Amino acid sequence: MHIPAVLFYALAALALVTALGAVGTRHPVHAVLYLAACLVASAGLWLLLEAEFLALVLVLVYVGAVVVLFLFVVMMLDVDAAALRRGFVRHLPLAVLGAALVAWPLLRGVGPWRLDAALWPAPPARGDAYSDTLALAQALFGEHLLAFELAGVLLLVAIVAAIALARHRRRDVKRQDPAAQAAVRPAERLRLLRDLGGERRR
Amino acid sequence: MSEALARWLEGLPPPWPAVLPAVLAALAVFLPLILAVAFLTLAERKVIGWIQSRIGPNRVGPRGLLQPFADVIKLLLKEVIVPVRADRPLYLAAPVLVLVPAFAVWAVVPVSAGGAAAAPDAGLLYLLAVAALGIYGVILAGWAANSKYALLGAMRAAAQMIAYEVALGFALVGVLMAAGSLNLSRIVEAQAGGPWCWYLWPMAPLAVVAFLSGVMETNRAPFDVAEGESEIVAGFHVEYSGIAFALFFLAEYANMILVSLLNALLFMGGWRSPFEGVPAAWLEWPLLGAVLDHGAHWLYLKTALLLFAFLWFRATFPRYRYDQIMRLGWKVFLPLTLLWLPLIAAAVWWRLPPWFD
Repeated sequence: MHIPAVLFYALAALALVTALGAVGTRHPVHAVLYLAACLVASAGLWLLLEAEFLALVLVLVYVGAVVVLFLFVVMMLDVDAAALRRGFVRHLPLAVLGAALVAWPLLRGVGPWRLDAALWPAPPARGDAYSDTLALAQALFGEHLLAFELAGVLLLVAIVAAIALARHRRRDVKRQDPAAQAAVRPAERLRLLRDLGGERRR
Repeated sequence: MSEALARWLEGLPPPWPAVLPAVLAALAVFLPLILAVAFLTLAERKVIGWIQSRIGPNRVGPRGLLQPFADVIKLLLKEVIVPVRADRPLYLAAPVLVLVPAFAVWAVVPVSAGGAAAAPDAGLLYLLAVAALGIYGVILAGWAANSKYALLGAMRAAAQMIAYEVALGFALVGVLMAAGSLNLSRIVEAQAGGPWCWYLWPMAPLAVVAFLSGVMETNRAPFDVAEGESEIVAGFHVEYSGIAFALFFLAEYANMILVSLLNALLFMGGWRSPFEGVPAAWLEWPLLGAVLDHGAHWLYLKTALLLFAFLWFRATFPRYRYDQIMRLGWKVFLPLTLLWLPLIAAAVWWRLPPWFD
């Protein structure tokens, strides 16, 4: 029994089943969970390809943070399934057109005829000394430093813009300021008018 | 002994020679961990008892030492109740989804030089990635129970965990820059040269942020708003009973041990002895020599110290309010780590001794 092959088929089957589940289930929370499971299975497949850094970052960033946020939002929504399905038939032609527009380039890029094993010879095994973390770092921070920094700046601009859009304060609502609360000193709040005797003061 | 074992393994039918060592390694991690969790619960009740001038459990066994087993048997025998309106499959899967990551992370945790079930190149990253999966069980437990307290607890837990993963990640970046590796064993070896060479000193703010973020990630007091009993009963696991509840408990304590051990590895020199540099002849002394030398016992001692801090916090501090927690994470910890990282980077660039040369 060839263990990597067994793992590959198990993970590939899991990825397929969960991907179908993600688009097929009617329950939004279940769909998000299927998506998370699908990402974990994909990470397993990447591990088999010796891309351990990418696999772990996929789990850390997507499964551990992005999909958690999806779940967070979906749990809060009170989804009215009937309202969502209204107009299904009327919008069907448009939906089919949209799906075809997405599917066509996808099939051109990674369709069945691109998956012939003869086209993709197996990469040479790298051995234990190879570190894909190191290789990736050298590519990102050496060869492609400028592109990497540009992407970083772009993301920063996006974050600043998102915060600027989301930030609006209602002025008619009272709120607590934890920083001010934490900075309070007893002397500002308590004035001892008369020594009540007995107890020794500091 | 090991040769005979190897020969016996070779004689087994095909899949077993490859699979059995891994199973045995997993058991070698799993069983001590379960025992450690059991006695940590007892230690917690005893320590908090003493802090509060009480005795703590002392009825079951000598000095109450068998109390954890009594608790386990009690929880095992209790009925597991599933609320009628709950999402049954997810409700029952949630405790497992909390427990599996809590134990899977231990695969890469080294307890001494070469003493890990697996030592991948990106060990620390694996640890963070798998630990991040634990949040799913918490959120699902809260959602699937179909109870408002549970849902509130789950929302709080999710927001808190995401807020602190960022600060924790940045705190660990300092260690990565200094050690130049994601491999936990190599990070410990980079701190060789006595207690002054531990990363605790140049990275004190990062170490504090990393440890407190760990306290928050494990939902422990004073950051236990996810289960704050005076506000939302028991938070995300309010509907669970019997062994299903025990699994959450088990995962929480396993995570406490993991956080303490991780901080000991990253900032306190791991299994390296604080008496490094004593004359080599001293290490030849019977018994005392073995104690003075590097070894897993130092790691366990450091871990126990940090675990005591967990219990100490719980007995000392009142619970943080939700908005205070968010402020602390985003407005205090995150800027602090971001300010400290350039200093560490400069120190690494100029190879500042004794830590970064």
